[in-house]
Amino acid sequence: MSQNLEQTQNTTRYPRYADASLIRSRFTGAVEEIIEAASEITLVAKREGLAELMTWLRDEPSLRFNYLSDISGVDLGEFASPRFAVAYHLYSLDHNHRLRVKVFLEEDDARVPTMWNVWKSSNWLEREVYDMFGVTFDGHPDLRRILMPADYDGHPLRKDFPIKGY
Amino acid sequence: MQAKEIVVPTSSISMLRKPDPLSDTLMTVSLGPQHPSTHGVLRLELVLDGETVVKAIPDIGYLHTGIEKTMEKEKWQQVVTVTCRMDYLNSMGNDLGYCLAVEKLMGVDVPKRAQDLRVLFTELNRLSSHLVWFGTHAMDIGAMTAFFYAFTERELILDLYECATGARLHQSYFIIGGARWDLPDTFIPLCDEFLKGFPKFLDECKRLVTGNRIFQRRTQGVGVMKKDEAISWGLSGPTLRGSGVNWDIRKSEPYSGYDTYDFNVPVYDSCDVWARYLVRMDEMEESWKICVEALKRLREPGEHIANHPKLKLPERDLMKQHIDVMIHHFLIASEGFTVPIGEVYQSIESARGEIGFHVVSDGTERPYRVHVRAPSFINLSALPAMVEGSLIADVVAVIGSIDIVLGDVDR
Repeated sequence: MSQNLEQTQNTTRYPRYADASLIRSRFTGAVEEIIEAASEITLVAKREGLAELMTWLRDEPSLRFNYLSDISGVDLGEFASPRFAVAYHLYSLDHNHRLRVKVFLEEDDARVPTMWNVWKSSNWLEREVYDMFGVTFDGHPDLRRILMPADYDGHPLRKDFPIKGY
Repeated sequence: MQAKEIVVPTSSISMLRKPDPLSDTLMTVSLGPQHPSTHGVLRLELVLDGETVVKAIPDIGYLHTGIEKTMEKEKWQQVVTVTCRMDYLNSMGNDLGYCLAVEKLMGVDVPKRAQDLRVLFTELNRLSSHLVWFGTHAMDIGAMTAFFYAFTERELILDLYECATGARLHQSYFIIGGARWDLPDTFIPLCDEFLKGFPKFLDECKRLVTGNRIFQRRTQGVGVMKKDEAISWGLSGPTLRGSGVNWDIRKSEPYSGYDTYDFNVPVYDSCDVWARYLVRMDEMEESWKICVEALKRLREPGEHIANHPKLKLPERDLMKQHIDVMIHHFLIASEGFTVPIGEVYQSIESARGEIGFHVVSDGTERPYRVHVRAPSFINLSALPAMVEGSLIADVVAVIGSIDIVLGDVDR
C-alpha cells in the first residue's frame, strides 16, 4: 500500500510562497533558518531586529507583504526550550505570494516587539496570543485580554493548562 | 446717530436656550451584549458626545468556548464536527478550510467529484449566509419585510443541506479526503428547482431594498474605510472588496478547482456600507452561477472520497471476507490515523473573508495545534476605525455591513 502512495502524483495546486533567499542575503543577522516543507516556506527569525525585518518585508518592492493574515502562537510543550513559537503569516496582495515568519521564545523571556506600526491587523491578533499563551508584545498600544475575562488567571492554550479548565 | 439699545426680553424662547448642563460631558453607553443589532453577543462600549461616537471599544469573548483547545483533543477526522460550529452560518466553508489544510499536510489529492461537491455546498453556504446578512442588515436599518423574504428562501437551502447531509446547520459533511457520502438521488431535482427560482428571488430583493431611498441615505458615505487602511487593518472578503481591493482567494489562490469555474469578483470602490451591500448582492448572483455549473458537473458519476488507505474506509463485503481488512477498518475507526509531522497554513474565501487554518502536526493521531484566522475577528477589530466620529445610529449599520458572526469572532 505504501508503494502505491509514493507513486501518486500530487496534482493539487497550492498557494505560492515567496523566494526567501533574498531576505537571507539582506538580513544575515536576523534570519536564523529558512525551512521549506509541505510546499510552504518558513523564515525563522531572531527576535532582535524583528520589527526592522518586518517593515522591510512590507516595503521591499519585490516582496511587498502588505497584508498580515494571521499571528498564531504555538506552545512547544511544558519542558521544551525554547517553549513558544509565534508564527506570522504574511501575504502580498500585489505579488500574490505568502511567507511564514517564525520566532522562538523562551518561557521566562516570552516577549516580542509589536507589529502595530507595521500592520494594524496585528492589534487583536497579538492580544489573542497574549491572552492564550502569555506572550508579551512590547509596545502594543492596548495589551489586554481579549477572549477570556479580564480577571482570569492562566493562559488556556498552553499545554500545561488542563483541557477541563481549572 | 446713536444706536438703539437692544433689550433682550426674558421670553420663553431664551429660557429654552439655557446651556445644557450635559453639553461638555461625554457619556459612556454600553451597546449590547443583548441587543438584536449586534448579531449575537457583541458588547460595544461607546463614548458619546451627544449623538456622535467619540470612541468605540468592542468587548468580545462572551461566546468563547475554547474551540482551538478542543481541537487538540479530537482526532484528525473528528475536528470537522467542531469547525462547523465556529462560524455557524458558513459551516461548510470552515470545514473545507480545515480539510484542505490537513490534505495539504498529508499530500492527498481530492477526486474531481468531491471537489465539485465541495464547491457546490460552499457556494450554497455562501448564499444562505448572505441571505441571513441581507435580512438582518436591512432589518437593522429599518426595513422589516426583507427579513421574511430572505429567511423563506434560506429555508429552501437548509432543506437542500438536510437532503444531502442529514443536518440543517452543523452538517460536518466535508471530511479529510472528500465528502462524507455521495448525494442521494433526490438531491439533484430538488437543487435544480431551487436554482431555477433563485434569480427571480434575487431580483425581488434588489427591487425591495437596493432602490429604497431611505436605505441608500442610511448607508452611503457611512463607515468609510479607505483602500490602504482596509489592507493594513487586514479586512477581507466583501468588506475589503467594498473598499476597492480586488482580492478573492477563489481567484488568487484557487482551491477545489475554482479556477475551472467562470465567475466574476464584484468590486466597488466607494468604501462605505453601501459598497459592501452592493458587493454582497452581486456576489450572490456569481455564487448562483457557480452552483449551476457545479450541479451540471455533479450529474456525472465519480468518487466522493480520495482513494487513500487512511481516509477511505474499506468496502463492507471485503471486510466480511478478510480479517486484515476488518482490522484496518477497526483501527481507522477507533484509533484514527496519523498525519506527517509539519505545519501548514491554508486559507479559503468564506462568506466573510479569509478564513485560515494554521495546523501543526506532531505525527500523532490528533492535531498538535490548530489556529483559526477568523475573518469576523479581524474585520471587527477595524470597527472602531470605521465608526469613530459618526453618529450612533450609523454604528448599527456598520456592524451589519461587516457581517460578523460572534461564533466566529470568539471561537
